[in-house]
Amino acid sequence: MNRRQFLKDLMTYIVSGGTIGAAPFRIPAWAATKENGKKRLFGFGVQVDRCIGCVRCVHACKNENNVPKEPFYFRTWVERYIIQQDGNVIVKAIGILPDQETETITEKNVLRSFNVPKLCNQCAHPPCVQVCPVGATFQTDDGVVLVNGKTCLGCRYCIQACPYGARYLHPETHTADKCTFCYHRVTRGLLPACVEVCPTQARLFGDLNSHASPLTRFKRMNKIHVLKPGLNTEPKVYYASLDGEVR
Amino acid sequence: MSVNMVQKLYELLPQIGGFIYPNELEIHWGLLIVVYPYVTGIVAGAFILASLVKVFNVKEVEPMYRLSLLTALAFLLVAPLPLLSHLGHPLRSYEMFLTPQTSSAMAMFGFVYAWYLMVVLLVEIWFIYRKDLIVWAEEEKGIMKWIHKTLSLFSTDTSKEAIAFDNKALKVITIIGIPSAFLLHGYVGFIFGSIKANPWWSSVLMPIVFLFSAIVSGVAIVIFLYMIIMPLIGKTIDMKCLDKAASFLFYAVIVDFSLELLDFIHRIYESEESIKILSELVMSKLFLSLIIMQVLLGMLLPLGIMVMIKIFDFRAELRKLLYFVTVILIQIGIFSTRWNVVIGGQMFSKSFRGLTTYKMDITGLEGLLYSLALLILPFIILAVLLKILPAWGKSREDVAEA
Repeated sequence: MNRRQFLKDLMTYIVSGGTIGAAPFRIPAWAATKENGKKRLFGFGVQVDRCIGCVRCVHACKNENNVPKEPFYFRTWVERYIIQQDGNVIVKAIGILPDQETETITEKNVLRSFNVPKLCNQCAHPPCVQVCPVGATFQTDDGVVLVNGKTCLGCRYCIQACPYGARYLHPETHTADKCTFCYHRVTRGLLPACVEVCPTQARLFGDLNSHASPLTRFKRMNKIHVLKPGLNTEPKVYYASLDGEVR
Repeated sequence: MSVNMVQKLYELLPQIGGFIYPNELEIHWGLLIVVYPYVTGIVAGAFILASLVKVFNVKEVEPMYRLSLLTALAFLLVAPLPLLSHLGHPLRSYEMFLTPQTSSAMAMFGFVYAWYLMVVLLVEIWFIYRKDLIVWAEEEKGIMKWIHKTLSLFSTDTSKEAIAFDNKALKVITIIGIPSAFLLHGYVGFIFGSIKANPWWSSVLMPIVFLFSAIVSGVAIVIFLYMIIMPLIGKTIDMKCLDKAASFLFYAVIVDFSLELLDFIHRIYESEESIKILSELVMSKLFLSLIIMQVLLGMLLPLGIMVMIKIFDFRAELRKLLYFVTVILIQIGIFSTRWNVVIGGQMFSKSFRGLTTYKMDITGLEGLLYSLALLILPFIILAVLLKILPAWGKSREDVAEA
């Protein structure tokens, strides 16, 4: 190899190497979010044992998403289960009405008790999407079920079709409303409001397709269950330590 | 925000029994959605009665033929009103035609409805009345002449061949019409039956039960109307026709009753997760409307009366009276059936742990008065239709006077 050939090769090497090396910086933003070539898929984790029933999540959700303050409209709520010695199960949605906590149950009588946060399960096979006559309820590419308030007729078929009672008719807009995983936040890299305020990390949020997601670790470290699996809705809200009494 | 709504929900709070999901307190499909399947059921049933004459050549029922088609039309015209009225955004309902979601049973409503109205009912009625309209238009003067002329679409051919074609067309349309009537009401049953989240609704039998209860209510209402209109226009009730129609009603009630009994036994025998809460629902909140109104008053009592008529040879006057009582009882029963399906299906929590309650409004779109108006409206439409299109050939003038 003479000197001229060497310099020529060197130039080729630098130019082509530089081009290849710069390529990652030119990849569009949507592709950068993919890991292992997989699409982003949002999911939610609930560690039942960690929930202390402070219902900060419920209030945060109502504030963040303009959910009516009246106790009949919820995107998320917390249920308290008290299973008594005789097998009797007492369930209540807590922190909703001021006079709800008046009933006292003697500690002796309690077999076990726990709090279960509930929200839209963002099903992979959502019955609400199936029944919506105009496609106002739809599933995004990242697996979140949303309602388009501009086209919703307010027919409430989706409310009937949801097995989890996660939907309500907004009394002001007269359209269906439900948890969106705080889509306006998570698409900007923020956490859903309820996850943000939870003091015990009972609520987790992340990308199901990402190895780095806290949700992936959560699913690896816990025995997982979903609500009403028999209905084949395939929820993307996963529960750890879920009791069989919870429906 | 509707303050009344919130106030009403607060009033309902103490009436919750057990645990319900917090969003479940509000019953979303109220009285209007009870009226809807009731009305469409009558449409389908009345049409099936009419098709007895054309397709199955049951000549005895001929005097009810035109009446049943006009009844079907009158009720069909009212059918979309309760649906539109209950929507949160009625003005957006056209979206269902422009951008229908093909996987949605409800999205098909507009198409099933349009098919039934445009292709089946209107065409059939037009072919039946075509010759009459031409004849009437020739005899008449003034506005009626023009109404009849327009309704005949300015056709003038009354030749034998044309009449023969009319009859042939009628037969074809009726044959298309029977499955269409089945579709119309079976589809309404499917809307409920396909909701897997709701064990009270989710049943493969639902469309079939809806269909047979539709036939029952449709035949019963035509008999009812026939028995009222005939004396009003000074004609006698044709007992042969009445007996035959009542006979069909009897068989339809037996099939309907058997299907509902099968559904009931099946549920009890399978005893799935939801059985406890559903039994509680039936024995408490639905006791009056299901056990008393639907089963005892609306089903067993009319069935008993009709069996008596079959066994004993009653006088014509007594038969008339008994038929009249029967068809009214059946209407009460079928309306209760619709109530129990629609309202009953929303009164228990999908957590299967509690019951909520339904409080009917008196005024407003979801109120009793509005629904009553919707139920009266088909009769007014029918009166107008009968005025324009008399159902009994020679007595046309009589009807006009009445």
